[in-house]
Amino acid sequence: MATVELRNIKKRFGKTEVIHGVSTEIDDGEFIVIVGPSGCGKSTLLRMVAGLESVSDGEIRIDGSRVNEREPMERDIAMVFQNYALYPHMTVRQNMGYGLKIAGTPKRQIAAKVDEAAALLQLSDYLDRRPKALSGGQRQRVAMGRAIVREPKVFLFDEPLSNLDAKLRVQMRLEIKELQERIGVTSLYVTHDQVEAMTMADRMIVMNAGRAEQIGKPLDVYERPATLFAAQFIGSPSMNVLDGRIEAGEMRLGSAALGPAPAGLPDGPVKLGLRPEHALPDPDSPLRLRVRLSEPLGANTLLHGQLDQAEAPFTACLAGVHRTNGSGEIIPLRVAPEAIHLFSPETGDRLN
Amino acid sequence: MTATHDIGPGPAQPSGRRAAEPPPGMVERRGASLWLTHALLILGVLVVFFPIWLAFVASTVTQPEIARPPMPLWPGDRFFENYREALLSGVNVPVATMLLNSLVMAIGIAVGKIVISLLSAFAIVYFRFPGRTFFFWTIFLTLMLPVEVRIVPTYEVVAGFGMLNSYSGLIFPLIASATATFLFRQFFLTIPDELAEAARVDGAKPMRFFWDIVLPMSRTNIAALFVILFIYGWNQYLWPLLITTDPSMNTIVMGIKQMFPSGDDIAEWPVIMATSILAMIPPVIVVVSMQKLFIRGLVDSEK
Repeated sequence: MATVELRNIKKRFGKTEVIHGVSTEIDDGEFIVIVGPSGCGKSTLLRMVAGLESVSDGEIRIDGSRVNEREPMERDIAMVFQNYALYPHMTVRQNMGYGLKIAGTPKRQIAAKVDEAAALLQLSDYLDRRPKALSGGQRQRVAMGRAIVREPKVFLFDEPLSNLDAKLRVQMRLEIKELQERIGVTSLYVTHDQVEAMTMADRMIVMNAGRAEQIGKPLDVYERPATLFAAQFIGSPSMNVLDGRIEAGEMRLGSAALGPAPAGLPDGPVKLGLRPEHALPDPDSPLRLRVRLSEPLGANTLLHGQLDQAEAPFTACLAGVHRTNGSGEIIPLRVAPEAIHLFSPETGDRLN
Repeated sequence: MTATHDIGPGPAQPSGRRAAEPPPGMVERRGASLWLTHALLILGVLVVFFPIWLAFVASTVTQPEIARPPMPLWPGDRFFENYREALLSGVNVPVATMLLNSLVMAIGIAVGKIVISLLSAFAIVYFRFPGRTFFFWTIFLTLMLPVEVRIVPTYEVVAGFGMLNSYSGLIFPLIASATATFLFRQFFLTIPDELAEAARVDGAKPMRFFWDIVLPMSRTNIAALFVILFIYGWNQYLWPLLITTDPSMNTIVMGIKQMFPSGDDIAEWPVIMATSILAMIPPVIVVVSMQKLFIRGLVDSEK
């Protein structure tokens, strides 16, 4: 168990810089999720921590000592890969014990550790099988087992659930989180799925185009996204962003007044961020949603359409069943002023 | 389950077959067409097999019986005598010696080629060194140069090293293989990169990764190549003919030709035919015994 420190990490491939300086400190036993769209550099960042990718600039410290120049195994990390990367010709037992075997651990000790990890992961009955004869979820668990038996300082997960079907993904999500809490190893987890990030992370790093847009607790990021990107990436369905303005201390969208603006903001154009779940039906509200499509999910209903006051599409998420008359229906909606996020139209940074 | 789950041999499943129809096959045939297919296949086998049968018959009769037309079509009673004579005394040298020479050469070539091409393919695929592509293409280019093209300079070199009439002279010049290197390279490229990375995280140094992961994963490919290369080595004719002047170093394929009489000597056809049959046996044993691995190596790889 250990702390991990990233100090202004940069990565260049030739002349192209793909990671523009990421810094953070990870506490002992913390579960950090790096989340972002594909191509944002999250996997590259993880692979730099693993030592599979060289660091162009900056410093990585594990437990206080610089590891930039160390081989992966000398960093005392274990990694779980997206496609599991199990050795196909070895049994589950051999797969899990391979790292220890290389390290020269006595056979009896390897067997004991593998048995222990297998029991933890409910793999005891499958120890003599080849990966080929396992299901996706079981292979995933073997990959985890291989990481656990090494008793590393840091776990690294590279999109470990993206090859599983939706139901199994939810189950494995819980299992991984539970396991990490039980053995308390510092973990870095890369995913493009914001639900995984929200549910598993102690803190998350929202990455976009090689930059860490926001680092914080999942609910903090949800409630107070620091940038437009973080606002739209976290939360499902994603936040509605509309062009509005502040006039005489009041937030306005077209002709509609949305309530008092936070103090200290100058008049002028702003980006208004409205979460779909914060839109409530209110017959007196001036905001009127012209419904184009409705998606009844049972627990709630998604209404897609357009507001009278804005060009951009708008999605509202109403609680419970909501039977519409189909396309063209007009529903007046209200969003509480304190639930409105304000962003600068130029930089995308949060204003309130 | 994912597609990778069950690659092993299983019943063929033709698409669109309805439940009531007969057992699966690639193409279904019934009635007359089934008989016709079999008749044609049997005819084909007979045509291919007939010369071998004649050779066998010739190896079991006496010299005068062969010389007197028509040639006999059924085996005679000289099987043991002819084969004993071939194996133990032969014409110039006992066939047993030639069989041993061929075996050493064929195994030497096959094993040597596999070892060298495995290692060079491993280097080309997994290491980034200056001129990597250049070396690969150089190796690839030599595919276009058969033994016969470079035979004179090769002879010079081998003679210069004093390797005429020796096993090393028979084996070494034929041991580098562009084809095998290329095949292994293609196979290694299909091994997911994550496997190499996982091994690195597990602490395996490159050669450890080679031994523990790459080699076991390539074993079906190795078996398939071994069969092909063994037969290639066994059937070498021109090269052994050039560099072995001492009959005790003759290989069997060229030895058969050496048995032919020069001038007015009488050919001992029964012994020569017995030698031919004996020459066929080791490759057949190799193919038959490794058939399963061979087919698997050609059609799928364990990934």
